[in-house]
Amino acid sequence: MRRSWLLWSASLACYAFLYVPLAVVVIFSFNDSRLNAEWVGFTFDWYRVLFADLAMLGAAANSVLIALVSSSVATVLGTMAGMAMHHWNIRALPFMVLTPVAMPEILLGVSLLVFFIQVLNLTLGLLSVLLAHITFSIGFVAIIVRARLAGMDESLFEAARDLGATPWETFRLVTLPLILPGVLAGLLMAFTLSIDDFVITFFTAGVGVSTLPLQIYSMIKIAVTPEVNAVSTLLMLLTLVMIVAASRLAPETLRSHT
Amino acid sequence: MADAMKRNTSSRLTKWLVAGPPLVFLTLFFLLPALIMVVASVRYPGEFGALAPLFPTRPGEEAGLTLENYGVFFSDWIYADIFAKSFGVAALTTLLCLAMSYPLALLIARSPRRHRDLLVLLVILPFASNFLVRVYAWMIILGPLDLLFSRFAVIVGMVYVHLPFMILPLYTNLEKHDPVLLDAAQDLGANGWNRFWRVTFPLSLPGILSGSALVFIPVLGMFAIPEILGGKDDWLVGNMIKESFLGTRDWPFGSMLSIMLTAGVLAIAGIAAWAARRVTVHA
Repeated sequence: MRRSWLLWSASLACYAFLYVPLAVVVIFSFNDSRLNAEWVGFTFDWYRVLFADLAMLGAAANSVLIALVSSSVATVLGTMAGMAMHHWNIRALPFMVLTPVAMPEILLGVSLLVFFIQVLNLTLGLLSVLLAHITFSIGFVAIIVRARLAGMDESLFEAARDLGATPWETFRLVTLPLILPGVLAGLLMAFTLSIDDFVITFFTAGVGVSTLPLQIYSMIKIAVTPEVNAVSTLLMLLTLVMIVAASRLAPETLRSHT
Repeated sequence: MADAMKRNTSSRLTKWLVAGPPLVFLTLFFLLPALIMVVASVRYPGEFGALAPLFPTRPGEEAGLTLENYGVFFSDWIYADIFAKSFGVAALTTLLCLAMSYPLALLIARSPRRHRDLLVLLVILPFASNFLVRVYAWMIILGPLDLLFSRFAVIVGMVYVHLPFMILPLYTNLEKHDPVLLDAAQDLGANGWNRFWRVTFPLSLPGILSGSALVFIPVLGMFAIPEILGGKDDWLVGNMIKESFLGTRDWPFGSMLSIMLTAGVLAIAGIAAWAARRVTVHA
């Protein structure tokens, strides 16, 4: 009994460690003071400042656009990669798909920077960020789709083939409906990863384009005002909605995407 | 016969139609850039950043290939020191994450099944808020306490950002343990401590290993947390790489540092894979 009490208090401390800092950010976003130091009074002013900040709004629009396009492309390519990894033993594929997920982000960021400028002679901007986001998202989608396929009965695909379905018909009528929750969870995952990404965007955006995380970064570096708290709070709300949607859609991804 | 052959070619066609596009995309935007980094690390820096040409365009210009960048790395202890510091911070972060995660992962794994999903979701939720927001939170907390811009702040930030990477694999492992094993140990007279130390802990080693790799590797390349929460003394490899590419604009030197970091990551991944094989053989 004494041991379970110990376990409980250690776990509660861990949950507190996870949540207290975020609660502090949220609380101070409503504080009527320029300093995040002591509570003065309740206000919505920082949200008003935020919605009048054109640079911030532009960055938010860019973030959403980049996330929409990159997650759609990455979902198509990642689903293909996940299916290919499940059905065939192509030696290079797992290496190519999983390494970008596992390596430190900065390495992908700087290598793409050198590649875009030195080899493609591309001006950094929307296109370079899009390509970079697709590159790091493919692996996550592939992992989720493959996990979904791993639980499927192989005889379903064989039955479709034996009944004369072409590969495309098998995919459209059998495989896709079965893996759809995984594909959608992958899409949501790719969307969240894209809208949240800082490191890779930082190296591939140049001066051409700003995103929400880049904007937050420059604000933190220059001057800390509760406007950062306000935008953080709204971002938390957005991810909260996405996560709840993802866990409703495919409860097993909660366990499989680790 | 002809039918079987046709079916064979068509299935091979399907295979490459499905695997081809992601393979081509990743070759272009992951493999090729990675290989170019190797080449860039043996080039001279360009006059205005980027890389110098391979062939001199005017007399006296530095051009072609050189091992100078690697020479600089191995001739000055500063770089070895920063690498050692990065490995130290990564190791400390991993240990602290492990110590904080274990009780929570164990508690979730031993909770009634209907509560587990919710308890896991509670771990994932803060982890889903933006990375910079989570770092910023510690700026607000540690600032008034006068603890900002210190090694302590860097470690706190690192642990905070990477904690779920340890909790989730640990929980996934602990959840699979058969409770019968603990009953058996109790029947054989093992006390609570012995049941943990001689049954649960050894069985959880694969979970500990994958969690450790998931924490150690990203910490090794991190530049934002030392930059935001640390002082100048707390710079890690990631900060040096960032500075080489965007500050001094010495791309070949930055590429060399990236290659050295990759070597470090591969070494850690290799050790983890080797240890995982040993653990599964013994368990």
